[in-house]
Amino acid sequence: MNADAETARGTIRVLIAKPGLDGHDVGAKLICRALVDAGMDVTYTGLRQSPEEIAASVKKLRPDVLGLSVLSGAHALLCRKVAAALREAGVHDVLFIVGGVVPERDRALLEELGVDGVFATGSTFDEVVAFIRERTGRERTGRGNTGHDEGAR
Amino acid sequence: MSGDGQRRGPPPVRPVVWESGLAIDPVYGPEQLAAGGGTADVGEPGAFPFTRGIHPHMYRSRPWTMRQYSGFGTAAETHERFLYLLAAGNTGLNVAFDLPTQCGLDSDDPMAEGEVGRVGMAVDTLADMEEAFEGIDLDRVSVSLTINGAAVPIMAMYFALAQKRGYDLATLRGTAQNDILKEFVGRGTWIFPVADSMRLVGDTIEYCAAHVPRYSPVSICGYHIRESGADPAQEMAYGLSIACAYVDHVLARGLSIDDFAKGLSFNFDIHGNIWEQVAKFRAGRRLWAKLMRERYGAQNPRSMQLRMIAGGGGGGLTIEQPENNIVRGAYYALISALSGTQTMALCSYDEAYTIPSTHAATLSLRTMQILMKEMGLCDTVDPLGGSYFVESTTNAMEALIVRHMEQLEQEGGVVRGIEEGRVQAAVNRSAYEHERKVQAGEIEKVGVNCFVMDDEEQREVEFHPYREGEARRQVERLRKVRARRDAAAVAAALTALREAAAGGRNVMPAAMDAVQAYATVGEVCGALVDVFGRCREPIRF
Repeated sequence: MNADAETARGTIRVLIAKPGLDGHDVGAKLICRALVDAGMDVTYTGLRQSPEEIAASVKKLRPDVLGLSVLSGAHALLCRKVAAALREAGVHDVLFIVGGVVPERDRALLEELGVDGVFATGSTFDEVVAFIRERTGRERTGRGNTGHDEGAR
Repeated sequence: MSGDGQRRGPPPVRPVVWESGLAIDPVYGPEQLAAGGGTADVGEPGAFPFTRGIHPHMYRSRPWTMRQYSGFGTAAETHERFLYLLAAGNTGLNVAFDLPTQCGLDSDDPMAEGEVGRVGMAVDTLADMEEAFEGIDLDRVSVSLTINGAAVPIMAMYFALAQKRGYDLATLRGTAQNDILKEFVGRGTWIFPVADSMRLVGDTIEYCAAHVPRYSPVSICGYHIRESGADPAQEMAYGLSIACAYVDHVLARGLSIDDFAKGLSFNFDIHGNIWEQVAKFRAGRRLWAKLMRERYGAQNPRSMQLRMIAGGGGGGLTIEQPENNIVRGAYYALISALSGTQTMALCSYDEAYTIPSTHAATLSLRTMQILMKEMGLCDTVDPLGGSYFVESTTNAMEALIVRHMEQLEQEGGVVRGIEEGRVQAAVNRSAYEHERKVQAGEIEKVGVNCFVMDDEEQREVEFHPYREGEARRQVERLRKVRARRDAAAVAAALTALREAAAGGRNVMPAAMDAVQAYATVGEVCGALVDVFGRCREPIRF
């Protein structure tokens, strides 16, 4: 990729959020660091964010990626609520990923709720970075084609 | 064999560096031991500086307490689990509360949805505590309450329950975790700003010193700091620094050190290299004794004794090949026993991903019982004491912990470091480095980055089910209690609580009045939030 294309793509912007009451934020902070090391621009919300607060942050910061970290087991409910809050806020174009203790059997359910990628405990930084690069790359091309290249921001 | 007929030199000696950064020699003898400080500080078991244990005969006269962490759903369900655990041979109870309770929210708070009873017992009012402990002899069973941000109402409820059941607070035993500073580093159930949170811990210590003198109002947790990524030396250093911060705070109130220091206990992590943990515990015990006597002028030996619970180490467990965790757990229990712990709460094999199933919790209990009954771990005191290796590394670990504590002090102390997020950032850096090395295969983890089977099928793990019905029942129960109680008495008690909080008086008496009138956890914490506000988390990663 030449330098111009790199500039046009811009830095991938990520918002990592901790919804609900679960205070286990080691994983959330680890992925923040890993994504920063991968050259992304990362914001972390801190603990105990309501779905509405998360949607408001997405609307304000306009990240390319929203990552939720949930370890309490309440992932299905929280994803449903965050997805609804995003719709309510008029956000439709954010890549929505979830990490934490998510059993394999819940993957399909989360995808139905609008989650684009599930990274359960045991996933590697490289897997998350590759997924984000691939999916944002594709979406950016799409946007570029329709004249809404967020990368020009 | 190379087959070239030439003799090769001896095989190279692999360098060994512990997680804490200590380089380990291949062989230890009298010279290494003497060079590293010798055995001058080892002493006798039960005597200062307690390197070999806090009791003269340790497990020969009192085996460790077995106190598995448990609690889920409603008080009624938890009560059943308690009875089961006691019948199975547990000698104490270690109560898990659900997240709304821990965060000071009632079960019908909008933020509580989906979390009521999920990771622990739901407690809204004294009625729940009454039900959970019904028929359990609080003098016979040692009860530990894993509560931090909401410690004021929960401790008040426990004391109120004990009084109501006719126990004398002057002789009541038990432990509350109530270590709020570590919540800001890991675990995250803080509510109030750091300084106000410290003040509440001070209130509980002061109250217990005066009214519940045999109760341990704080269990200082290196554990969660280690779980958040600190290495073992940092774990001990941060834990002891936090303990000193509480001590300084309470001394500033005018209490003398021997009035309250014996009520401080500790909770440490156990996963990692066996010898590194053993050195950590022996060094930490010795350092605490020295700090208490030399820095704080304690006279009572009990003030100098580092009493601890150890045996948890969820961070060492893996979701991959989960049965390996049973084996890890057995070694953790061994480390714990070799380190002279007072209480074990062994992590269960499914703890990497859920709250323990009955089966897993029973296996953990059996693990401890097998060590105690079949393996001779109680035969003699500190069996590793005097080993060239163990005493050398204990000395080296003590020096390293002191260096970490001094550095923290130079940077403005642990409280400021936590307020500004610097401690959290340091721990997170350490976690990141560790995780990167695991993912790169530089740190070997069996079943994760080595000895992974090619055809390993991703087996679905069993999760503790979340039962909506139980959550609904809890909300109904809360509403009934609210309808039945004397609303004017609750309002008056909460007003008195706000006044005590605002006026700088100890909040515990007013909190006791409030919970006795069946004020809820959310109301008591809400009254304190009215005065203190909520903590704004420093965001650093």
